[in-house]
Amino acid sequence: MTPQRLAWPLAIAALLAVLAVLPSFAAPYTVSLMLSVLAYVIMATAWSIFSGSTRYVSLASAAFFGIGAYAFAYYGEDLSLPIIALIGAAAGFVVAVVVGLATLRLSGIYFVVFTFGLSELIRQLMIWYEINQTRTMVRHIYVDVWAEDLYYHLLVLVVVTFGIGYLIQRSKLGLALRAIGEDEAVANHTGVNTTFTKVLVFGVSAALISATGALLTPRWTYVDPNIAFNPLLSFLVLIMALLGGGGRLYGPALGAVPMVLLFEVLSATFPHQFNIVLGACFVIIVFFLPAGVVGGIESLVARLRAWRAAGGPS
Amino acid sequence: MSEHGGREPLLAISGLHKAFGGLVAVNELTFAVDEGEILGLIGPNGSGKTTVLNLITGDIRPDNGRVRLSGRNLVGLAPHRICRRRVSRTFQLVRVFPGMTARENVLVGSAFGSKRTALRASAGRVDELLDYVGLADQAARPAGKLTYVDQKRVELARALATDPALLLLDEWLAGLNQTELQEGIELVRRIRDRGVTMIVVEHVMDAIRTLCDRVVVMNAGRLLAEGLPADVLANPDVVTAYLGEDDDDDA
Repeated sequence: MTPQRLAWPLAIAALLAVLAVLPSFAAPYTVSLMLSVLAYVIMATAWSIFSGSTRYVSLASAAFFGIGAYAFAYYGEDLSLPIIALIGAAAGFVVAVVVGLATLRLSGIYFVVFTFGLSELIRQLMIWYEINQTRTMVRHIYVDVWAEDLYYHLLVLVVVTFGIGYLIQRSKLGLALRAIGEDEAVANHTGVNTTFTKVLVFGVSAALISATGALLTPRWTYVDPNIAFNPLLSFLVLIMALLGGGGRLYGPALGAVPMVLLFEVLSATFPHQFNIVLGACFVIIVFFLPAGVVGGIESLVARLRAWRAAGGPS
Repeated sequence: MSEHGGREPLLAISGLHKAFGGLVAVNELTFAVDEGEILGLIGPNGSGKTTVLNLITGDIRPDNGRVRLSGRNLVGLAPHRICRRRVSRTFQLVRVFPGMTARENVLVGSAFGSKRTALRASAGRVDELLDYVGLADQAARPAGKLTYVDQKRVELARALATDPALLLLDEWLAGLNQTELQEGIELVRRIRDRGVTMIVVEHVMDAIRTLCDRVVVMNAGRLLAEGLPADVLANPDVVTAYLGEDDDDDA
């Protein structure tokens, strides 16, 4: 192998090694912050696996996250964490496939609005169900799970997410997704089973987000539908993925990491003006990085190359 | 299969009917395409030619009528199924996957068309097709950045990559200059020599005369005339349909 082909695997191995030993020397606060970082990296990447390539913008992340959260709320005391994550993922997958079959023929803004409405519908149904059927609007989490334990579970899910993303990108499925994003009707006429492709990948993306919900919930002291299905999460995931930029598998992570850190700093320094400052940050980001972090880096590299080709510093 | 003694046509359309609200776009249309032939489908603007292609490829469903390929029904199948049954098309307004390279565009056809080749196994065939349509040196460029005529070549190579038995060209020669037109006509001929049957929707009369074995003329959704190009183009009804009546001075 050439050194260039080794660069990626080596960089990934080094990064994973650092992440793997991090909890043994980092402060508890850092580990706790890292839980959010990892969770949003997974969700932004999973969102992008479907929405980034097909350009079907989904605002249903909160619905899938909440499904995972409730998987833990229901089974947390009885089952082990990986099993609960799998149950959450399976439930998220099934809901996404059913919803996908009904709605993926919607295009553009209609799909966006529908997915947003879907999240709200599930939240309201859950409130109704918990009040009228189970009479437990608030579910307390009595299970004690160490933050470090959650950290390693989430780290595995990060690896799984990137692994799935990589395999999809390199397979015929990835080619089909891109063709759909470029021109769905033409893709269909060129032999791509567009419905099957979209529904399958929407389901996979949802499953990853649900698993994240299941793994993050033990941090909380209680769950209710308004927390589990918080619509803000859908927007955060979307904004992170867009900030990172599409086209590359690592793009959304480049958006998620700085955003989570930014939220942390903002909520510590401006607890009362948080939303105002956050809004200002969004405006600044969109203004200076219209093509996302990846796009920004790529145009910077292109400019550097052109500068060197022109003779460099002379 | 068919009971009559003659060879069964590759494509048989009978009683095809499609209305959009009150507008009857295709009205009880019946015609057939024989294997190995280039059939010209012509008619004034709005006569329903593209709608016929959309009906054949499953883009829209007919209200009535039959479409059979080698005796097998196509009506009701999704477009990707019809593509895999070896019917492929190009689009009236050129439609490439703009953000993908020319090679990737063709790769989609190869990977998902009737042969459904694995990605790795497709490479050789994709390069061969790019070379065939004259795009070998543009293969790595995004299709959206290519010139108009090169985008048309991409579309054609992508359609061929699905390995069609029947290829539908919707004004593929429109908008080309004289040199490009001659090259285009030559290319269509060579495709026929590969054993691909074609329906060619076209306004370029020179191309129709030189290319087509037979012509079907549509007017207001109906079949107006059918026959050899020279005969059909001399038919007074056809001339009237295109140019209007003498005293009808709206041209």
